[in-house]
Amino acid sequence: MENVDSKNLGESQGEEKVNYLTNGFSLKSWLLTKDHKRIAIMYLISVSVFFFMGGIYAGLIRLELLTPASDLLESGTYNKVFTQHGVIMVFFFLIPAIPAILGNFLLPIMIGAKDLAFPRINLLSLYIYWVGGALTLYAMMQGGVDTGWTFYTPYSTTFSNSYVMAVGLGVFINGFSSILTGLNFIVTTHTMRAPGMTWFRLPLFVWAHYATSLVMILGTPVVAITILLLAVERLTQTGIFDPALGGDPILFQHLFWFYSHPAVYIMILPSMGVISELISSFSRKKIFGYEFIAFSSIAIAVFGFLVWGHHMFVSGQSIYAGLVFSFLTMVVAVPSAIKMFNWTATMYKGSVSYDTPMLYAIGFLGLFLVGGLTGLFLGSVGLTVHLTDTYFIVAHFHYVMVGGTVLGYLGGIHYWWPKMTGRMYSEFWGKISAMLVFIGFNLTFFPQFIIGYQGMPRRYAAYPPEFQVLNIFSTAGATVLGIGMILPVIYLVASLFNGKKAGDNPWLLPGLEWRTSSPPPTFNFEETPVVTWEAYSFGEESGLDIEEARRAHKVSPTA
Amino acid sequence: MQDKSWVPLFPDAASSFAWQVDALYFYLIGISLFFAVIVVVAVIAFAIKYREKEKFATPEEIHGSIPLELFWSFVPFVISMTIFLGGAIVYYNQYKIPEDTMEIYVVGKQWMWKIQHGTGQREINELHVPVGRNIKLTMTTEDVLHDFFIPAFRTKADVVPGRYTNLWFRATKPGRYHLFCAEYCGLNHSGMGGWVYVMEQKDFDNWLSGSVSDQTPVQAGEDLFKNKLGCASCHAGGQNQRGAVLQGIFNKEVKLVGGQTVVADEAYIRNSILNPAGQIVEGYQPIMPTFKGQVTEEQLVALVAYIKSLSGDTSATTPGPPAPKPAESGAMQPSSSPAGGSK
Repeated sequence: MENVDSKNLGESQGEEKVNYLTNGFSLKSWLLTKDHKRIAIMYLISVSVFFFMGGIYAGLIRLELLTPASDLLESGTYNKVFTQHGVIMVFFFLIPAIPAILGNFLLPIMIGAKDLAFPRINLLSLYIYWVGGALTLYAMMQGGVDTGWTFYTPYSTTFSNSYVMAVGLGVFINGFSSILTGLNFIVTTHTMRAPGMTWFRLPLFVWAHYATSLVMILGTPVVAITILLLAVERLTQTGIFDPALGGDPILFQHLFWFYSHPAVYIMILPSMGVISELISSFSRKKIFGYEFIAFSSIAIAVFGFLVWGHHMFVSGQSIYAGLVFSFLTMVVAVPSAIKMFNWTATMYKGSVSYDTPMLYAIGFLGLFLVGGLTGLFLGSVGLTVHLTDTYFIVAHFHYVMVGGTVLGYLGGIHYWWPKMTGRMYSEFWGKISAMLVFIGFNLTFFPQFIIGYQGMPRRYAAYPPEFQVLNIFSTAGATVLGIGMILPVIYLVASLFNGKKAGDNPWLLPGLEWRTSSPPPTFNFEETPVVTWEAYSFGEESGLDIEEARRAHKVSPTA
Repeated sequence: MQDKSWVPLFPDAASSFAWQVDALYFYLIGISLFFAVIVVVAVIAFAIKYREKEKFATPEEIHGSIPLELFWSFVPFVISMTIFLGGAIVYYNQYKIPEDTMEIYVVGKQWMWKIQHGTGQREINELHVPVGRNIKLTMTTEDVLHDFFIPAFRTKADVVPGRYTNLWFRATKPGRYHLFCAEYCGLNHSGMGGWVYVMEQKDFDNWLSGSVSDQTPVQAGEDLFKNKLGCASCHAGGQNQRGAVLQGIFNKEVKLVGGQTVVADEAYIRNSILNPAGQIVEGYQPIMPTFKGQVTEEQLVALVAYIKSLSGDTSATTPGPPAPKPAESGAMQPSSSPAGGSK
């Protein structure tokens, strides 16, 4: 499947086309690049490092909870471990993962643009991420932080002796990376679409990132302000949150969740965008209810700002606040349900193949279904009084964050891997790892719903012995999940050296990203594409040569 | 709570509203199974029936269906509203404190629960309550956030520094139940818990008479008020006092300087001790010094109890005799005692 095209020699005189990876090999050509694809690759490496660290902390948590007593880790250490697991996974993995890697790489290509609107700002956002991340890592090496990722006051301002300031500053700085990425995506989507790429021809991945970007630029400044106020109180003893100084600890919770609830949608919306692509591509069928999926993303982004109080049902807010937030939470469930039904309906009368990305997508449907439905339990205020701050919550948000975001992320990485690297990953190992992740995940987190209803509180280093049996299941599951997560690192890296050449369009798909070479050239397209087809049209009218693809497939079936 | 050899999958239910929470839980499990079965069966059926039969096939395009979209937006919305209503009703029952309660004070502290009964008994990390009585907890903390959580009662509430939060329950089954701190509070968070003992009334009476401290909260408050803090020098009552009259104010509306009114509840009394200049009662000068830093949370609780007793509020108080003897255990019910606070 060598792609030799005589008119594509371009500036270099070599035999192969120059692509974004071969366009310069020096360190400087990477560190000072303005190419959104190179920035995405650097994000991929950095985010993977954080994901790995967060995973190690998760492993320590599960090992400690194997026995009821606090024996492997003493509680001070355990508190730091779960805090750092949360801080790393939320701020340095889940929030940037899909937007900064897949969104960065694909959004310009999908709309037919040469790059993002502000390439230098894009590079700046990566540097900000590095500075924030490095500061956070430094603080963790120095002694860590033990406030929980939620930094609740007055513990974080007055009582904790850990590195709250340094980690807070790291998170604060990192927030600007989010804001800049969101800004870049919004401007790019508005101004840089190729001729013929109307709003309703945009892939749903782009719609999802547009909605995410709105949340990023509107929500992130609030968490920045919150952390700033926390720092002011900690440094100068000004009474903002600590009642001993004249402040109000509940105020902190309002400010914190005003960002951190929408932040959940920063994590899940891009993943929903990936799933829309995967389900459609591997059913070879136009997505069912395009407009409904697109607008449900916007609806989630808007309503997501109105439900923060459901994190505070038992924190002393009034009965009216509890009821209003419960009602709004129920309303925000509807757009998610709409997406779920549309994805399912897309498979109807399709031509469904079970490549690795599709396995991840089907896994996502199952896990996000559980995550979403248990969200109804927690939105129902009378039930949440019992369930909040127990393992039921832990199970619920892992079903959404891991079952939703991480499965979408892994599915997306596999799906676009041939485009990003030009190589096919091992389909055999891909399927094995997708199944291990699904089984391991359920074994880890499903028992936690049961322990949660029994009343085991979260953030406990030691717990009563009657909870042990299900905790053992959970730890066993985490082992399987861990193997399922490590495998892709091995076979994806291996594919760079011995993977089959992927070809430009291995699955014969209509999206613009499949109409340029793999890996794409630095400016994405040889000439600016003109879009004449609707999104997700798999027929001849979108210009795909099906007969030719079938002939090629017979010669080399994997490509 | 009995030890069971098998894996317990369901917690004890031992409060008056526990069955309501459980019913809501099972209703939601039913709803979830309903939707999960529909989606999972559809996904599996479509994945098998419409599996790829020819490479790069082009199935017929289906754009979507407005009636279907409306149907599957409307049905989940209606169902989610039933869940909201169910949750609202249960929440109201958990939130709304009945009239005739026996009041117990709780002070959280890293990492223990200090509990004080109206009769003066103090306990740490244990709470003894009689079965079938409405118990109202008035809670605060000396340091960080905590959360008083009794899974078997299906209720919890955050305990917030600088505020009083309340929790009520009526235990329905004698036994021993877990008490947890459910809001992360630092180093020994997982050790901040203990047991709630629900006892038959007569066992409770026996227990009460077994461990009596020398002062009820009202008496302790009176001592602080009259002797230790000198409140009485301005607030003893009568026409020529500089401080506001406290007799009969509890839970009444009082008029503030500036024309606003406020209900003189526990929180107001507490604030007026800690931050007197904040809400001045009409007709008085802002001359009272702050007591912030001079009184502990437990002393505040006692002062509030005493000031309540001046209004004849007896919910926190128990019988007149300072140290009830075992023989008088029948008189332990607050309702059977005359207006407290008199020595």
